[in-house]
Amino acid sequence: MIHNKETIPQQPAPKGTIGPIAWLRGNLFNGPINSIFTLLGLYVLYLLVVPTVQWAFIDADWIGDSREDCSRVGACWVFVNARFSQFMYGLYPSEEYWRANIVFAMFAGIIAWMVIPRLPFKRWMALFALLIFPVISYVLLHGGYFDLPRVSTHRWGGLMLTLLLATVGMVGALPIGIVLALGRRSNMPIVKTFCVIFIEFWRGVPLITILFMASVMLPLFLPSELSVDRLVRALIGLTLFQSAYMAEVIRGGLQAIPKGQDEAAAALGMTYWKRMGLIVMPQALKMMIPGIVNTFISLFKDTTLVMIIGLFDLLGIVQAALSDSRWLGFSIEGYVFAAFVFWIFCFSMSRYSQYLERKLNTGHKQ
Amino acid sequence: MSVRPNVRPAGHKPPFWRDRAKRALIFQLILVAVVAAFLIYIIGNTQANLSARGITTGFGFLGNTAGFGIGQTLIEYSSQSTYGRTFVIGLLNTLLVGGLGVIAASIIGFIVGIARLSPNWLIAKLANAYIETFRNIPLLLQIFFWYFAVLRTLPSARESMAFGEAIFLNVRGLYLPQPLFESGFGLIPVTFVVAIIASIALIVWNKRRHEATGKRLPVFWMSLVIIFGLPLLVLVATGVPITWEMPVLRGFNFGGGITIIPEFLALWLALSIYTASFIAEIVRSGIQAIPHGQTEAAQALSLPRKLVLRLVVIPQAMRVIIPPLTSQYLNLIKNSSLATAIGYPDLVSVFAGTTLNQTGQAIEVIAMTMAVYLIISLLVSMFMNWFNARVALVER
Repeated sequence: MIHNKETIPQQPAPKGTIGPIAWLRGNLFNGPINSIFTLLGLYVLYLLVVPTVQWAFIDADWIGDSREDCSRVGACWVFVNARFSQFMYGLYPSEEYWRANIVFAMFAGIIAWMVIPRLPFKRWMALFALLIFPVISYVLLHGGYFDLPRVSTHRWGGLMLTLLLATVGMVGALPIGIVLALGRRSNMPIVKTFCVIFIEFWRGVPLITILFMASVMLPLFLPSELSVDRLVRALIGLTLFQSAYMAEVIRGGLQAIPKGQDEAAAALGMTYWKRMGLIVMPQALKMMIPGIVNTFISLFKDTTLVMIIGLFDLLGIVQAALSDSRWLGFSIEGYVFAAFVFWIFCFSMSRYSQYLERKLNTGHKQ
Repeated sequence: MSVRPNVRPAGHKPPFWRDRAKRALIFQLILVAVVAAFLIYIIGNTQANLSARGITTGFGFLGNTAGFGIGQTLIEYSSQSTYGRTFVIGLLNTLLVGGLGVIAASIIGFIVGIARLSPNWLIAKLANAYIETFRNIPLLLQIFFWYFAVLRTLPSARESMAFGEAIFLNVRGLYLPQPLFESGFGLIPVTFVVAIIASIALIVWNKRRHEATGKRLPVFWMSLVIIFGLPLLVLVATGVPITWEMPVLRGFNFGGGITIIPEFLALWLALSIYTASFIAEIVRSGIQAIPHGQTEAAQALSLPRKLVLRLVVIPQAMRVIIPPLTSQYLNLIKNSSLATAIGYPDLVSVFAGTTLNQTGQAIEVIAMTMAVYLIISLLVSMFMNWFNARVALVER
């Protein structure tokens, strides 16, 4: 018998199975049809990318302060530059920008704290964000206290207003959504019917009719001496709309929890609220987070609709700036900028939700 | 430690707040009372406010003359028509853009969704870029882009972009030739209907034959030939009784032909492109949801690749795809209400906009508008329930 004690030296992979050429052959040119598609795709890419880069970067004008600084060959980013603070703060008085900046910074800090997994005290941070932060933001943005001059809500606008509408709508909708979802799963027939009708009503109509309703019909519903701020009316509409969608996400999460959990808790003698608060909800909430982030993304995009009832969110203020007679004809630049801002926000949120989905997938799903 | 005796004396009844059924009843009664009180409060306020403003409630205003023109009307309408007529016009325009949007979004969405799964790296990445771009930009912004940045910057009628001598595109819209049907054309739709009935009969017969003998015919191609070939044959046989009315430049504008207004084009493009990005994701995840074992099992039965897709993968994928797909269709129809931002005369723009402003009948108008969308939602969810019951997996 022959024993070969020596290890056979590693052989390189067969030619044509590794390296860029093999990758090209495997992924782009395997077969005639695929090759045609690749060439077609390259052509489309060429048609799209080259003029866009040419327009947006190479021929673009960046520096200046009036339309005369633009050569009109490429994009005129001077327009966005000149209007940048308006796009961010709306008509907020410029000497008070620091107040909005503090709120922005705190908001960003809270988000970063909640998102970075390593940082401790998440629960306290969440409590701070839900209870104390709104008060601080209101005092800072609205003023009227501590010698801060008042800035009425019709001067709020831009990205600030967009973020405000989305966050308040979301935070307001969460508790209503939880109550509605529990109600829809309740055994009590009247409670269940109310919740089903409420949810299906708001989900069945377009947001724009809800905003019309909030701006036209809400003043009719309330006593005439009580006048509601336009921003508050939009917020009420957005919150009710969002709460119905939130309720469906939460209901989905609740349904994913095996019934045995609830029954085991009941067997231990827990009351309904203890079972929900200590056993079912904590497990369900974990599963709901990706869905909640997704509804938040659609709410964030839907806040643009408030411009139809006369509020100047980011899109509203861009649209208003486009009709300025000194800056006519720069609509593409304005829209591209607004689209870019919205895209950054939505894309990063959807990536975060995908990351959470992977991280939270602890095998509970059936 | 003493153990409490768990035995109650006979005839003892727990207090009513310990009885779950009674507690539920009381809680529900309180809820009804609160909701009723809230409604009474609102109705009372509304009546007071309405009488203070001198508005009478009721649907009588629907018979009054509207007195305003509408840019796109599918049925006859003039400014002498009634408000009831504006409602119908708006509804039809909503359904038009919704229906065409659903078709276009499905076509783009299915193509992009399948391209997303292509083994070709470049094609898959391009499809992914499409999805991630359009999904993350607000729809209203996309509508504005197409309307204000693209269609409103087109050249005037005199310098229109011409495609051949028949199709013209300018700032006032898209001009297409209009077919004029001469006498004898009535036969074609009749043939078309007959061909559809014949193909359905063929499919049913083929299915029965397949179950009985195991033999099958290529019915898909056969019915395609019947549905399109038969009317074409009749068309040629009757001597093509169609003439085309071409759009012609008269003075500053085009006359004749079909005019598609830019508001419609912008809304339709934006709705289709935006919704297609969601449909593509649905199609992708639907196809990916089918375990690979299904394909392998079908191949092990030596089914040809075409039949594996058609008989094994697609029917199972459709079960996953159709529920979220219908909710996207519903979203598209609801989103078509954004028309009001660019002035396309849809239901919300014409009825909840102009009519509401002219008559001040806020409650009636908003209620009617919401009712339309609610009815559409209701119909779609009824279809969904029917479909789910039909395709649900029969489990043990």
